[in-house]
Amino acid sequence: MSSEAHAVVVVHSTSHAMKITRRLKERGLAWKLVPVPRHISSDCGVCVRILRADVEAVRSAVAELGVEIVGIEEI
Amino acid sequence: MIYLDHAATAFARPPEVRDAMVHFLDRVSANPGRSGHRLSLAAAEVVYEAREAVAELFHAPDPLRVVFGLNGTEAINQALVGLLRPGDHVVTSSLEHNAVMRPLRALEARGVAVTVVRCSPEGLLDPAHIEQALRPETRMIVLNHASNVVGTVLPVAAAGRIARAHGVLLLVDAAQTAGAWPIDVEGDHIDLLAFTGHKSLLGPTGTGGLVIGARVDPGAMQPLKHGGTGSASEHERQPEFLPDRLESGTPNAVGIAGLGAAVRWLLDRGIEAVQEQEAALAVRLIAGLSAIAGVRVYGTEDPARRTATVSFTVAGRSVAEVGYALDESFDILSRVGLHCAPAAHRTIGTFPEGTVRFSLGLFNNADDVDCAVDAVARIAGGSP
Ligand SMILES: Cc1ncc(COP(=O)(O)O)c(C=O)c1O
Repeated sequence: MSSEAHAVVVVHSTSHAMKITRRLKERGLAWKLVPVPRHISSDCGVCVRILRADVEAVRSAVAELGVEIVGIEEI
Repeated sequence: MIYLDHAATAFARPPEVRDAMVHFLDRVSANPGRSGHRLSLAAAEVVYEAREAVAELFHAPDPLRVVFGLNGTEAINQALVGLLRPGDHVVTSSLEHNAVMRPLRALEARGVAVTVVRCSPEGLLDPAHIEQALRPETRMIVLNHASNVVGTVLPVAAAGRIARAHGVLLLVDAAQTAGAWPIDVEGDHIDLLAFTGHKSLLGPTGTGGLVIGARVDPGAMQPLKHGGTGSASEHERQPEFLPDRLESGTPNAVGIAGLGAAVRWLLDRGIEAVQEQEAALAVRLIAGLSAIAGVRVYGTEDPARRTATVSFTVAGRSVAEVGYALDESFDILSRVGLHCAPAAHRTIGTFPEGTVRFSLGLFNNADDVDCAVDAVARIAGGSP
C-alpha cells in the first residue's frame, strides 16, 4: 500500500499511543506504531499510523477516550 | 521457616512474577517511551499493561491516571506534598503509619493544619468523627485503608461519601489492602489511592504508585521530581498531562513488569477468593492466640472488619524477647515493636513497647498458623 493512503495520529506521550491503539483495535481500525515522520514535530518518538480513509472514525474514537493529541496529519 | 511478616513485604510470589522480570531483562530491557524503536515500544507496552492491570484491580477507569513510583511512601508524599498548600486543613486518623504522619507533620510546619481523629482502642473509626472534624478550609481526608498494626479496616466508603458531600479530596493509603481486600476507587469515591507493590500485590520491591481520580487536576499537582519524560521535550517546563507529569526519569520498568504479572495473577485468582482464604487463616490464628493464658490479642475479631495482620503481647515477656525466641527457637519470622506507626500503638494502648505482629500471606496455610500458635503457647508458658 502506498504511503499516500495514510495519516498519522501525533501524540504527546507513548502511554497515550498505547491507550489509543487499544481502542482502535477494539473498533477494528487498522493501525501501526511508527516513528514520527521527519517533517512533523513531536518528541515522543512514535505516532499511530492509520488509513487516511479512517481519519474521521479515528478522530471520534480518540475524542471519546478523552486523550489529548497533538493532531492528525496526512503523510 | 514460617514467614509471618507479609505486612512488611511478601515473601513467596507466583513464579509468573520472576518470569516476567527475567523476560524483561533478557528480551526487552529498553527504555520505555523514550525512543521509537521496537524494543522501546515493547518496554512501553509492558509498562502500559501493568497500568491496565492496576486500573482493573482498583476499578479505576483510566490507566493513564495510574502513576508508578518507588513505593507506597513516595505515592503518599506525592499526593500530600503535591496538593496541600499553607492554609489548607487535613483530617486524618490516629491509626496512620509514619508514611502519612511524617509528611503531614512536615507540612504542618509549613502552615498546613492537621486534625487527627481518634480511633477506638480496638482500632475502629467512627465516620461521624471525620465529618465533625471538617472545617471550611479542609482540603483533604487522609485514611489508612487498614492498619498495619491491628489490621482493622477503616470506613473508606463512608469517608468517600463525606468527602464528596463537602467537596474535599479523599486520599487512601492502601499499603495494607491492595491485593488483599477489594478496592473500588470509583464506587467508594477515592480521589487518590496510594499503593505499594511489594506487599499483598506480590510484586517486587521498588514498585508502587498513585491512582489519581477525575476530580484531581494533574496540572495543579506539584510533582515531587521534575525531569525527562520522553515527551514534550521541546519545553523546559514539566508537562501537565498524566502519567508523564509525575513520572520523571527512567522508571523501574523491570519491577513494573513483575508487578504487572503479579496483579494479573491476582485478577485471575479473584481478590474475593484471596480475601476469603486469608480471613479463614486469620480467624484460626486469633482463636488460637486468644486461648493462650497470658496472651492478649489487639483489634477486632470480626473477619469482615480486619485483614490477616494480628498484633499481640505476652504477659511477662518483652516483645523483643518473644520475637527473638520465635526466630531462634521456632524458625518463625515476625515483626515486633512499633511498626513505624507510633500513633496506632498509642491508640490501642501499646506505646512505647509495641506488640508482636504476625501478618499472614496467601502462601501461608493452616499448619503454619497452628505451629505459630503452638510456639507462642510455649513461649507464654516460659520456654525457652
Ligand atoms: C499502612 C502503611 N502505609 C504505608 C507504608 C509504606 O509503604 P512502603 O514501605 O512501600 O513505602 C506501609 C508499609 O511499610 C504501611 O504499612
